[in-house]
Amino acid sequence: RLARSSLLLIPFPPLSVISATQTENAWFTLKHKEENSSADNSPHTTRILCWIMTGPNNLESRTKHIKETWAKRCNKVLYMSSVKTDFPTVELNVSEGRDNLYWKTIRAFQYVHQHHLDQADWFLKADDDTFVVMENLRYILSKYDPEKPLYLGRRFTPFIRQGYMSGGAGYVLSKEALRRFVTGFNTGQCTHFSTLEDMALGKCMETMEVKPADSRDVKGRQTFHPYPPDHYLVRQPPRPRPWYLIYDHYTPVEGPGCCSDFVVSFHYIYPVQQYVLEYLTYHLRPYGYKYRFNPDSEEEFNTTTMST
Amino acid sequence: MFSEGGSFMKGMVMGGLFCLLLSLLGSFHPGTESKTEDHHHHHVKAPSKDELTRLSDSRMQEWSNQVRVSCIIMVQPKVLVYWATALDTWSKHCDKAVFYTSESSKALEAIDLNEKDDWARLRKALTHAYENAGGLQWFFVAQATTFAIIENLKYLVLAKDPSEPFYLGNIMKSGELEYVAYDSGIVLSYEALKRLVHVFQDEDKCPERGRALWKMSEDKQLAVCLKYTGVFAENGEDAHGKGLFNSKGVNSLISESMKNNPNSVVEGCCSDMAVTFNGMSPNEMQVMMFGVYRLRPYGHDFHDSLVFNPPENSDND
Repeated sequence: RLARSSLLLIPFPPLSVISATQTENAWFTLKHKEENSSADNSPHTTRILCWIMTGPNNLESRTKHIKETWAKRCNKVLYMSSVKTDFPTVELNVSEGRDNLYWKTIRAFQYVHQHHLDQADWFLKADDDTFVVMENLRYILSKYDPEKPLYLGRRFTPFIRQGYMSGGAGYVLSKEALRRFVTGFNTGQCTHFSTLEDMALGKCMETMEVKPADSRDVKGRQTFHPYPPDHYLVRQPPRPRPWYLIYDHYTPVEGPGCCSDFVVSFHYIYPVQQYVLEYLTYHLRPYGYKYRFNPDSEEEFNTTTMST
Repeated sequence: MFSEGGSFMKGMVMGGLFCLLLSLLGSFHPGTESKTEDHHHHHVKAPSKDELTRLSDSRMQEWSNQVRVSCIIMVQPKVLVYWATALDTWSKHCDKAVFYTSESSKALEAIDLNEKDDWARLRKALTHAYENAGGLQWFFVAQATTFAIIENLKYLVLAKDPSEPFYLGNIMKSGELEYVAYDSGIVLSYEALKRLVHVFQDEDKCPERGRALWKMSEDKQLAVCLKYTGVFAENGEDAHGKGLFNSKGVNSLISESMKNNPNSVVEGCCSDMAVTFNGMSPNEMQVMMFGVYRLRPYGHDFHDSLVFNPPENSDND
């Protein structure tokens, strides 16, 4: 019988206790058991407060899995509901239901403004079926000033002159944008005129002169996505816009060019897919692979020349 | 009385012979000539980061050139969409990828083996791959429903000498026989394939139309033939002992992990360096290309010991 070990080129010592994965993960922010986040809180980091729109019926079935995955990477995370619980959830004085989404949004931002304004530079709203890659959100935001009135997300065209950001894909307000949103409701410049949360918020943003910023990467590829990955990545023959791309402000691309490598969000992501995306983003990788897209060596893409 | 006893004796002898015949036909014990193998080389582990950093740059360069993979992908027109998907996705990362089909398709090119019998077809494909190896030392056999990450396959065999017989994958057991499951991919070193192709000539040990009254699946037949040449199936694992070859897709594995490890779903699931998955739909495979080769968090760098370049003329990786 062949004694294989003696014929290997290098006689490896017995595999030590140090796990390969752990040393590779040394570059990551590791899974702390800290209550709110494992994100770096140094002054150079872009601080993001995440608030998740949820309700008592979804805590076990959906929100729990967000808490186990991407929410850990927010600098601060709040779970907004109609009922206070030990999850923990914040009680907003609003009932559950699709028609109350905008009320919940208004109350949530007011709450955040009142209690947590100084704890972050940017304020992300996400649903309990959104998946977010926080590092990529920080990367996008790093080139914007949180003291400027702006907000980012997946820009839609209809109803509002300057457009608005898709609610499901998640959107993020700068600190100044948050101040103006709250001021708008205090002064009556913004009102609850519609139950369509994302569109209505977009109207208030326009009224308060908060600008929609471009969230695409240097190659013009989208980072926020209102649907799951298979809606965008699967190759399609050239065709008119399918229904789920009708609202897009920037001309959508179908197939591999749809999406940035540094994706920020997907939506309609239920628990199994939350963990699948977590696995694909943070764990599974091709050893030694030299990624095609290396933004730090790319020329800055001039967004003003892109079609609007 | 003697004649009754004689008939009885004849009956006994014939019955005994018949039983013997049946048991010879119905089962066989290959490798009974060989001694029971010491199974401490049963698991083949990927090198750990520590082990790799001990090697010199020139060694690593030498090995990254040596570790090239020839992919043998078994397809049929009835799974045309999978065939097209494999062509457009993971197979682009093979140093050489050849599709072998049971019958021609007008839509896609492949080597038509014109053979309906699954085992005979596999034999022909392996023989063809061996005869056209072109200097490649590692062979990976996949089905149309397999999805593979070739870079991770290279990582697994990085420190293994292909002039040694290696037969790796997801190990299954059928009675005494240990074999590598077909659907999660079969890895053969040059030496293993060479021995296999030679034992194909032996109609007793490794018949072309299979033996026994019932048909054994091709992956078991393969194991039987290889065993005759002294080559045994080994489980491909990462440095933690997690299997790298999966007979299921990511969704299934994650779902299972949610039931079994609700507090550490991802850690309890699949390896970071997984080589194969099986049973994913063509659309899921397209999404996997993005998930594996592009999607990642900005700022996480790995400093791997080797570099594998992206393939030319490809836009989805």
